[in-house]
Amino acid sequence: MSVIQARNLVKRFDALTAVDSVSFTVENGEFFGLLGPNGAGKTSAIRMIYGFSPITSGDMQVFGMNIEQDWREIRSRLGVCQQNNTLDPDLTVEQNLMIHARYFEMDKSHARQRTEEMLTFFALTNKRRAKVMELSGGLSRRLQLARTLMAEPELLILDEPTTGLDPQSRHQVWDRLVELKKRGLTLLLTTHYMDEAEVLCDRLLIMDHGRIIAEGNPPDLIAEHAAESVIEIEGPGDELRAYIKKNNVRHDDLGERVIIYTESNSKLEDDIRTRFCMEACLFRAGNLEDVFLRLTGRELRE
Amino acid sequence: MNRPRLSAISLRFRHVWYRNLVTYRRIWKVSFLVPLFEPAFYILAFGLGFSGLIGGVDYAGLNLEYTQFMAPALVATACMWNSFFETTYTSFVRMYYQKTFDGLLATPLCLEEIILAEIVWAASKAAAAVTVMLVVLIPIGYAIFPSALLCIPMAFIGGLAFGSIGMFFTGMIPTIDMFNLPVFLFVTPMFLFSGTFFPISGIPDWASIFSLIFPLYHLVELTRLFCIGAMESNPIFNTSYLLLFSMVFGYLGLRKMKQRIIQ
Repeated sequence: MSVIQARNLVKRFDALTAVDSVSFTVENGEFFGLLGPNGAGKTSAIRMIYGFSPITSGDMQVFGMNIEQDWREIRSRLGVCQQNNTLDPDLTVEQNLMIHARYFEMDKSHARQRTEEMLTFFALTNKRRAKVMELSGGLSRRLQLARTLMAEPELLILDEPTTGLDPQSRHQVWDRLVELKKRGLTLLLTTHYMDEAEVLCDRLLIMDHGRIIAEGNPPDLIAEHAAESVIEIEGPGDELRAYIKKNNVRHDDLGERVIIYTESNSKLEDDIRTRFCMEACLFRAGNLEDVFLRLTGRELRE
Repeated sequence: MNRPRLSAISLRFRHVWYRNLVTYRRIWKVSFLVPLFEPAFYILAFGLGFSGLIGGVDYAGLNLEYTQFMAPALVATACMWNSFFETTYTSFVRMYYQKTFDGLLATPLCLEEIILAEIVWAASKAAAAVTVMLVVLIPIGYAIFPSALLCIPMAFIGGLAFGSIGMFFTGMIPTIDMFNLPVFLFVTPMFLFSGTFFPISGIPDWASIFSLIFPLYHLVELTRLFCIGAMESNPIFNTSYLLLFSMVFGYLGLRKMKQRIIQ
């Protein structure tokens, strides 16, 4: 059974259509990513999933139930980690977890045991009596994740879980999530970090202006919208541009830089290496960032 | 579309109340100093400085010393300040800066329960402050024991009224600085013209109508009845007014908050 089933989901705020007829499903045990530039409608979409925002039109089933009627049952089975820090700054690390358990009506001994598990799992045991105000960004993010997992959710919804974290903290969060995946957790994640999506997501969709513009697993998306191999050439000359035109090479011309999409060890790659790479040339594998930028454009947003 | 659904309210609201209690317990030792010393300051100031100028006050057929007249009103105003500030500044901080309500809305709780919990918490805090005040007022003879103890449940009811209207303002006000408006245009006149510092029987009829609208007037009458055994109105009417006021503004507050938060 699908954990989330969204059909023709629409969210309108007065004149703005934040989510414009979006359909997708998330299967049990899947790590699913929702990608898109700022203002693409990601947060609006997930807020409808946990019943924070009313749905303008369309249909949403979570665990096979309707969010409008069964919101309490649905919310008691999912964990949401919002983009903003919503921890209680006046409480200690431990109290934040214990009080959160109350909202889920967990009994006290279970909550206590679960608090210990979460403190250990997120390496927060030494900080248990620290006030949230005293925690660094990475620590408070870990605490927020710990709190989200307190009631043993079947579905975890993370809205940009690692924004603003240092690389160590990010990797630590990823490790934890991968470990939870082995235990059968389903995850819905939004992120701006393409490497994060590539590491974590089995399947993802890219949204822009409230619509879905691509969907699939990361390797397929890379193959379809970018390429296995990518060459970046700084300061391209007329000769290169003529070559590209003549051979009908897939590329993006950014003026100061040309990006060529190709297969690894191809004749094209050899040609470019020998003929046009006198100065700066970068040979690398294609990635989700290429896909993302090709689909959503390179101009600044917001 | 965003109308409050009262049917969604369950006893789970008590968990949010408890959250506020735990937060408050961290600072209660400091915050209890206010209700402990406030009546002492007022009574000293008015008793030493003011009563020489005015002598006695005629109230409900009695001639009272000024401090005796005023002391029960302090109980009522403490209730007002405590509950009104709780659902205005404090709730606003939770809603806007700490995003506490956003976090709660991702758990099996609804906004109706959260707002109810905030108002009930404000009322509980008011009742606690009044309890502390009575500890001072009863021994020094400004409140009759045991009837003055009735001020405690009454402070809870009054706290619901002030907490509700506070929540209504919180639902409407764009930034925290703007609370100055309801404080100076509503709470301050209420504080001065609710029979707190002078009996409203002494002011013109047109002015006393305003006093009757203020919930504080009704609470002052009740605390006076419990503390000195005399009043100029009807306790059933006063209590009903406070309850009705709580229900009306509780609903309006909930409605405004829902419009504000749920989008």
